[in-house]
Amino acid sequence: MNQLWEAVLWCLDPAHWTGPSGIAARSLEHLGYTLLAVVIAAAIAVPIGWWVGHTGRGRGAAVALSGAARALPTLGVLTLTALLLGIGLAGPMTAFVILAVPSILAAAYAGFEAVDRRVIDAARAQGYTGAQVLWQIEVPLGLPVLVGGLRSAALQVVATATLAAYVGAGGLGRYLFLGLKTQDYAMMLGSSLLVVVLALVLDGVFALAGRAAVPRGVTVARRGVNA
Amino acid sequence: MKNPTRRSALALAAVAALALTGCGSSDPLGGQDTASGSSSATGGTGGSGDALVIGSQQYYSNEIIAELYAQALEAEGYTVERDYQIGQREVYLPEVESGAIDVMPEYGGNLLQYYDAEATATSPEDIQAALTEVLPQGLRPLEPAEATDQDSYNVTRAFAEKHSLTSLADLKNVDEPLKVAANSEFETRPYGPAGLKEAYGVDVTVVPVEDSGGPLTVKALVDGDVQLADIYSADPSIAAEDLVTLEDPENLILPQNVTPIASEAVDEEAAAIIEKVNAKLTPEALIGLNRESVEKEASSEDIAQAWLAGQGLS
Repeated sequence: MNQLWEAVLWCLDPAHWTGPSGIAARSLEHLGYTLLAVVIAAAIAVPIGWWVGHTGRGRGAAVALSGAARALPTLGVLTLTALLLGIGLAGPMTAFVILAVPSILAAAYAGFEAVDRRVIDAARAQGYTGAQVLWQIEVPLGLPVLVGGLRSAALQVVATATLAAYVGAGGLGRYLFLGLKTQDYAMMLGSSLLVVVLALVLDGVFALAGRAAVPRGVTVARRGVNA
Repeated sequence: MKNPTRRSALALAAVAALALTGCGSSDPLGGQDTASGSSSATGGTGGSGDALVIGSQQYYSNEIIAELYAQALEAEGYTVERDYQIGQREVYLPEVESGAIDVMPEYGGNLLQYYDAEATATSPEDIQAALTEVLPQGLRPLEPAEATDQDSYNVTRAFAEKHSLTSLADLKNVDEPLKVAANSEFETRPYGPAGLKEAYGVDVTVVPVEDSGGPLTVKALVDGDVQLADIYSADPSIAAEDLVTLEDPENLILPQNVTPIASEAVDEEAAAIIEKVNAKLTPEALIGLNRESVEKEASSEDIAQAWLAGQGLS
């Protein structure tokens, strides 16, 4: 309990917040890495996931690949890529993207699979083209599930982004390693608490985004059913 | 999947797991006797009939040294228990003090600073003399080896030639900003940036790379991301990458001669066996032993066996 209190005090000390290595700068770095990793992962995973969901092809391969990617130990990937690319952000970013891709990929095609087949059949019967089915039906109806995938990817990355400090790239992990090596456990636990806070904030933001992503028609229909 | 509290719990669990992997992670193959309730019973009682418990740090090179002592003692008929890969000083020294471990390979300078933060000794002889004073009741330092394993500032051969560097004092003539790759705690160590500034008037900034002078640190130096790297002097990569270790005329970095500490359970005969091993342990020998591990991935057992046989000690 005492250690936890000291960790909280460490977080609240204004002297720890300022400067290039202060908590404010490190938290922003940490958040920036997380968002960058999720954006890159989404740019890779969303088109593939939509293609798999829309055509129904390659689902087995997508499941197998994302399962395999989930099993990769992040520290190992990070060390290997950093040995190839040198220290700095490239190594950890590669590892974080690999960490984030599976949830986003799965959510992208699962969102399409969750769309009622009768809706798509009705659209086709009305003469919708493949592209219209994709953009006007599957994408909006699959969006809430996709946002859920982005949410889980962001949480995984924000919790893992402490590893960026392993190769000199900063983030909140800087305090975690420094605290561990110098037996400054208040600093170590304090930085973990900051990561938890960041994770909770991100989770809240994505929860709101997930709610906003539900198309109005669906909300109206649900109310109608429930009433 | 849509339950936010479960998500948060997952995030918490991930953070906790990360913290745990940072502290724990002992080598599953290393500690054959990690559950050594028996070792505390045998330790400290003295007499050659009991098993001697040999410990090692969580550092591959330290385990090799421990294994050298273990096999040399076994060759002379001693019964030995191995208790390897025990974290850091804060963890294993209390075990040594309590008598649960009888022999621990240590490094002179850092061990002295652990017991006496104000210590002023800088030569290996003075450190050894000081250690005899500060070690707790019942513990004694055995004769140190010539081999040392200490932090050292290294540059690439090209960088050394470009700026004609041989010693840390030459760094003040370098007209570009200097970055040093090292573990994050280097920032707070007496031989870190503050010490370098005080002893040599040189400004450096630390780029934290957390693999203790391992391949990532070496890579950062060779790639030119940093100009200096803190690498343990017994690391074979210094020779393999043709790096130049800068001399330290002001003794900023304390010498870290391999110094076993022994409990009262270690009788004179056992101490003599360990000191005989130490007498053959030159700096080159230690680097050679480390190379067997790093480059050939041999086990500490095989490395120790081959080396002792080569030295006529088994």
